[in-house]
Amino acid sequence: MSTVVENPPRAGRSAHRRRTGWLVQTGRILLALLFAGPLLFLFVSSLKPDLQIFADLRSWRAFVPLGHVSFANYSAVFARVPFARFLMNSIGISVVTVMLGLLVNSLAAFALARLQWRGKQLVLTGIIATLILPFETLALPLVWWVNKLPWLTMNGFHLQLTTGWLDTYQVQIIPFVANAFSVYLFYQYFTSIPKELDEAARMDGAGWFRIYRNVVMPLSGPAIATVAILTFLPAWNSYLWPLMVVQSEELRPVMLGIQYFFQLNVSWGQVMAYASMITLPVLALFLAFQKAFIGSIASSGVKG
Amino acid sequence: MTVISPARARAVRAPRDVPAARHAARRHEGLTALWMAGPAVALLILFIVVPVILAFVLAFTNARLISPRPATFVGLHNFANLFSDPVFWASLRNTFYFAIVVVPIQAGLALVLALLVNAKVRGTNFFRTVYFVPVVTSMVVVSLLWRFLYQKDGLLNALISAVHPSYAPIDWLNDPRTAMPAIIVMSIWQAVGFHMIIWLSGLQTIPAELYEAGDLDGAVGWKRFRYITWPSLLATRTFILITITIAALSLFTQISVMTQGGPLDSTTTVVYMAVRTGYQQLATGYASAISLVFFVLVLIVSGVQRFLTREKD
Repeated sequence: MSTVVENPPRAGRSAHRRRTGWLVQTGRILLALLFAGPLLFLFVSSLKPDLQIFADLRSWRAFVPLGHVSFANYSAVFARVPFARFLMNSIGISVVTVMLGLLVNSLAAFALARLQWRGKQLVLTGIIATLILPFETLALPLVWWVNKLPWLTMNGFHLQLTTGWLDTYQVQIIPFVANAFSVYLFYQYFTSIPKELDEAARMDGAGWFRIYRNVVMPLSGPAIATVAILTFLPAWNSYLWPLMVVQSEELRPVMLGIQYFFQLNVSWGQVMAYASMITLPVLALFLAFQKAFIGSIASSGVKG
Repeated sequence: MTVISPARARAVRAPRDVPAARHAARRHEGLTALWMAGPAVALLILFIVVPVILAFVLAFTNARLISPRPATFVGLHNFANLFSDPVFWASLRNTFYFAIVVVPIQAGLALVLALLVNAKVRGTNFFRTVYFVPVVTSMVVVSLLWRFLYQKDGLLNALISAVHPSYAPIDWLNDPRTAMPAIIVMSIWQAVGFHMIIWLSGLQTIPAELYEAGDLDGAVGWKRFRYITWPSLLATRTFILITITIAALSLFTQISVMTQGGPLDSTTTVVYMAVRTGYQQLATGYASAISLVFFVLVLIVSGVQRFLTREKD
């Protein structure tokens, strides 16, 4: 997949090619400015007081951190919202969703790809059929439904049965653990691993779980990375769902924090600072694991 | 009396024993599969299948999210209300407007970007990364940022009037004529990098020999694209078409952050309307009816697309 098809060189057309090459390069630079510009403006403006943001708009100064540059907006954000709490919530929710998702979906894919059992084809078809449903179609009945679900809580030393998942952590995690697309990606990958490995391990007396853990999973690094990234991004970015199911401040993820900045007078400097704070962690992850990110998106489209 | 030697006894018993052992192994394999696939299947049933069924059931009731009284059956009441609600028709129109403009432009632009970064030229990696950065930025942040860009005293108007001094600033998001186009431009800007990568992975599966063969036949430039690249991208094309369409029909976050459906319902969408009635007005039954209509809509549109893009023999 990483091999790039190069244009085979053709003799006698070099002048034409140079001209096209120059055009392509100019186009690519202009497009890069178009894509990077707004984000650059976001980060730069987060460092400026409101008056200066507006004063700089009409010139190139809007895109460079010059003038009264400070972290004042950032300290104002910390004073206005419990940012550390929101951040821990978002990290916790995303990480737990990713971990549970990796486990649950890979186990199901293993059963579908490596084991023989009755009804397998039916289950696989059923899982794939759920892929056409956008989450938005389910969200509202789902709110009603999670409000009826039971949950066990510890009350002192007694286990207590409560009803209704609204305004909890689990409501932000458990509905997103099983994911048909993740099962499908693992399934695709597992079927490409030779089955002889299983048989050899069976000869050595290994059980199916041992084969899953010690044979198949260690060979599935790329699939694990893909599923982890494709689970993490929507978990971190989720907005519609927490908006509907979370009330308490101490349970909110970072995306809901933006609401605080549009009450009373809007300080755009603070909005930009908050937006930068919730974007930079993901951006840093992306830049560090660029290949895996882009590879995961690429592999999501291969078989459609 | 016939004496059966031990060796012979084994030989006779063995065929009976092996199926028994095989049977036990099969059983064990089935049980293993059950506990391995069970959690995922149970969760998918609980959080996808049940809500779908609930959408069908609740749509015919007056269920409310928080209500002391149990929901009662109201027949087609919700649908009658919905179809006589002008906001619903406006939201349907807006949703289709958005999808019809976004799908071809985003898919086409993504292909152009993919072609621009599908070459081993200096800096290709850099450009690919830059075009992709908006994709990893959350739609909430993007919507916030562009809300500022589109303000009457925001960046876009300032930049235009810097080059064009007599320009009268437009309040992009508060004008019913410009609000939806503004959201369309922003949405494409955010998501196009995603589909660039999908096109790119499609482009890279085209064998180099095809291009070499085309070279001998004189297929260069546009011809090369038309007769070699384009036909090789059939599967990618279908995938991109369907994923962009479903995402476009589900338009919500941008509306919620930028316009709340305004001005004058010029940006209300089906999902936004469903959330507003279901979540803010707690009318779960009515919202389920909207969800159901939306669900049928998505099904029809993707069915038609699959039919139109099917592989022809």
